[in-house]
Amino acid sequence: MNTSNVELPTWIEVVLIPLLNIFLALVFSGLIILAIGEDPIKAVGIMINGAFGYDEAIGYTLYYTTNFIFTGLAVAVAFHARLFNIGGEGQAYIGGLGVGLAFLLLDKHLPALLLIPIGILMAAVFGALWAFIPAWLQAYRGSHIVITTIMFNFIAASLMVYLLVNVLIMPGSMSPETREFDTAGWLPFMHELFAWFGVNITRTPLNMSFLLALVCCVLVWLYIWKTQWGYALRTAGHSEAAAVYAGINPKRIVIIAMCISGGLAGLVAVNEIMGVHHRLLLNFPAGYGFTGIAVALMGRNHPLGILVASLLFGVLYQGGTELAFEVPKITREMVVAIQGLIILFSGALALMLRPWTVRVWLGLTRQSAT
Amino acid sequence: MDAITLTTLLATLDATLRVSTPLILCAMAGLFSERSGIVDISLEGKMLSAAFAAGTLAAITGSPWVALLGAIIVSIGLALVHGFACITHRGDQVVSGLAINVLASGLTIVLGIAWFSQGGQTPALASEARFMPLELPLSSSIANVPVIGQFFDTVINGHNLLVYIALLAVPATWWVVYRTRFGLRLRAVGENPLAVDTTGISVSRLRYFSVMICGALCGVAGAYLAIAQNAAFSREMTAGQGYIALAAMIFGKWRPMPALLACLMFGFLDAVSIRLQGIVLPVIGEVPVQLIQALPYILTVVLLAGFIGRAIAPKAVGIPFTKER
Repeated sequence: MNTSNVELPTWIEVVLIPLLNIFLALVFSGLIILAIGEDPIKAVGIMINGAFGYDEAIGYTLYYTTNFIFTGLAVAVAFHARLFNIGGEGQAYIGGLGVGLAFLLLDKHLPALLLIPIGILMAAVFGALWAFIPAWLQAYRGSHIVITTIMFNFIAASLMVYLLVNVLIMPGSMSPETREFDTAGWLPFMHELFAWFGVNITRTPLNMSFLLALVCCVLVWLYIWKTQWGYALRTAGHSEAAAVYAGINPKRIVIIAMCISGGLAGLVAVNEIMGVHHRLLLNFPAGYGFTGIAVALMGRNHPLGILVASLLFGVLYQGGTELAFEVPKITREMVVAIQGLIILFSGALALMLRPWTVRVWLGLTRQSAT
Repeated sequence: MDAITLTTLLATLDATLRVSTPLILCAMAGLFSERSGIVDISLEGKMLSAAFAAGTLAAITGSPWVALLGAIIVSIGLALVHGFACITHRGDQVVSGLAINVLASGLTIVLGIAWFSQGGQTPALASEARFMPLELPLSSSIANVPVIGQFFDTVINGHNLLVYIALLAVPATWWVVYRTRFGLRLRAVGENPLAVDTTGISVSRLRYFSVMICGALCGVAGAYLAIAQNAAFSREMTAGQGYIALAAMIFGKWRPMPALLACLMFGFLDAVSIRLQGIVLPVIGEVPVQLIQALPYILTVVLLAGFIGRAIAPKAVGIPFTKER
C-alpha cells in the first residue's frame, strides 16, 4: 500500500512522529551505553541532575543552548529556501574573526555602548560574507552549495590557524590566541545583569547573548511567516518555477537566505568571544555549527521547535559533561554519538515510521467509525 | 638535476603514494556510490569506523587479515544504514551521510575509551598484527640503475600490500564501470533511473549493491590507516581525508583515472607541505603551510564553479527514486 498520500492529523505529523523519531534515537543511545556496560537509566538521571540540579548547572545549560539557537536558526533559514548549509561551523569561526579584528582595532578607543553593537554587527557580517561566496557560486556558477560549504569549513579552519599563529597572535605568547580585549567589549554576564537589579545568582558563562538568541527566534519567525520576503523565500524553496512565475528571482533568494543563515551562525562568536573568552582563539566553534543541523532537523525548522531542541542539546552537553565526570567509562563524546543518531532518525529516516503510523491510524479510525 | 634534489624528489613521491592511498580507495568508493545516484559525504565516517574496527580487532586477535575483514564488514554495515535511509526510505542523502559521520566521530571515541582506557587510542600493534612493507622482486637488483631504477626502488617498492591494492582498485573500478554489464547499469541508474526501471531491473538492488562496494573500499582505506600506515587507531585519525577524497572524486569528474590523478596531486600537496615548512622559496617567499593544506579544498571550489573546466555530476545524483505504480 502506498501510504505517502494518506493525510494524517496535524498533531500526528508535527508532534507524534518527530517524538517517536527522537525516542528511537534515544533508545539506540541507551543501547550504546548498555554495550559499554553501564546503566542507561542511571545515566539519564545523572545527566538531568547535571543539567538542572543546581544553579551553576542551569547557567551552563543555557549557555550551550544559546549557541545551538544561533546555529539551529541558521540551518533552518537556509532549509526554508531548500538550501542545505553545512557551513555553519566555518561561518561561526569567521564571525569570530570579525569580532576579533574590530576589537583589536577599536577596544581601547570606544565605550561599551558603541563597541558591543559593533561587535555583534561584525560577527553577523563576517559570518554572512563567508556564506555569501558559496551562495553566489551556487546561484550564478551552478556549484553545489553542500560541497562548497563543506570545503569552506576546511578553508576557514586553515585560514584561522594561519592568522592566529602568524598574524593576530599576542606578541610573546606561546599559544595561538589574541590578547585579551578591553573590558569595554565584554558582553555582560547574566550574573552581572541580575546584580544590577540587586539579585544575586551564581557566576556562570551565561551572558546577555542568550537574550539576543531569543530575540533572533522571534525575528526569524516574523521574517519567515509574517513578511513578504519570507513568503518569497518559502516560495522559492517549494518550487523554483512557481517563484519565477510569481516574479521572484530565485538567485537573489539563494544569496539572501545564505547571508541571513551565515549571519546567524556568525552570532555564535557573540556568545563565545564577546561573552565568555574575551579573546579570539583556535577552534572556539567546537562543533556547534554541526549540532545546529541536528537542532534544526529536530525542531522541524520552526523557531519554537528550535528553542526546544536547543534546550535539549544544552542539557545533553552540560549533562554529558557531568556524566563523564561521574561515570568515567562514558565520555563527553557520547553526546556526539547521540547527535549523530538524532540526525539519522529525525533527519534521514524522518519518514520511516510514517507508513506504519498511517496503518495504525487508519485501523483506529475505521474501528471508531463502525 | 643533482643527486640531493633527486633523492628529495623521490622521497617526496614515496610519501605522496603513502598519503594518497586512503584518498584513492575512498575516491573509488565515492565513485561507485555517486555514479549509481547516491550522494556520499559519509566516506569520512565509514573510513573512521573501519579504522577503529581494524585497530581493535588487530589488537585483540593479532591478525591483520581478521582486522581487514572486520573493517570491511563494519564499513559495509554503515553503507547499508546509508542505503536503508536513502534507498528504502528515500531520506535526504546529505543528511544521512552527515549522520554517519557524526555518529562515527562520537562512537569511535566512546567505545575506544570504554574498551581500552587509553584516551581513545587502541593499543599499539606489533608488526605481525600489521601490514608491513613488502620487498618487490628485482627491486634491489635494479636499484643502481640511474633514475628509473632509483624511482622503482624508492617510490614503487617497499609499500605494504594495501597500497598496491589501492593502485589496483583504480583500473579495476574503470573496468567494472565501463566494461561490464553491471557498470553499464550502474551508470544508467545514476543518470536516468526511470529508464533502468522500465527495462525490469531493480533500481534499489543496483543502488544497494553500489553502496556496498563503496562500503567495502572505505573499509580497506580505514584498515590502511590503523594497521598499515600507523600502528594503532587514534581518535579522529581520518582528519578530513574522507572529504578530500570526495573533493578528489569531484575533481576527477566522477571518472577513475582523473580521480586517481587528483588523489595523487592532493597527496603530493600534503607531502610537500610538511617539507616546505619554514623554507623560503625564491620569488614566492615563504609559503604558509595552511595555504598548501587548504589548496585541495580551494581548487575543488574553483573547479565546481566552472573556472577550470566543468564538473558535471551524474544527473540523478541526490534524487530519491520513486517507483511509479
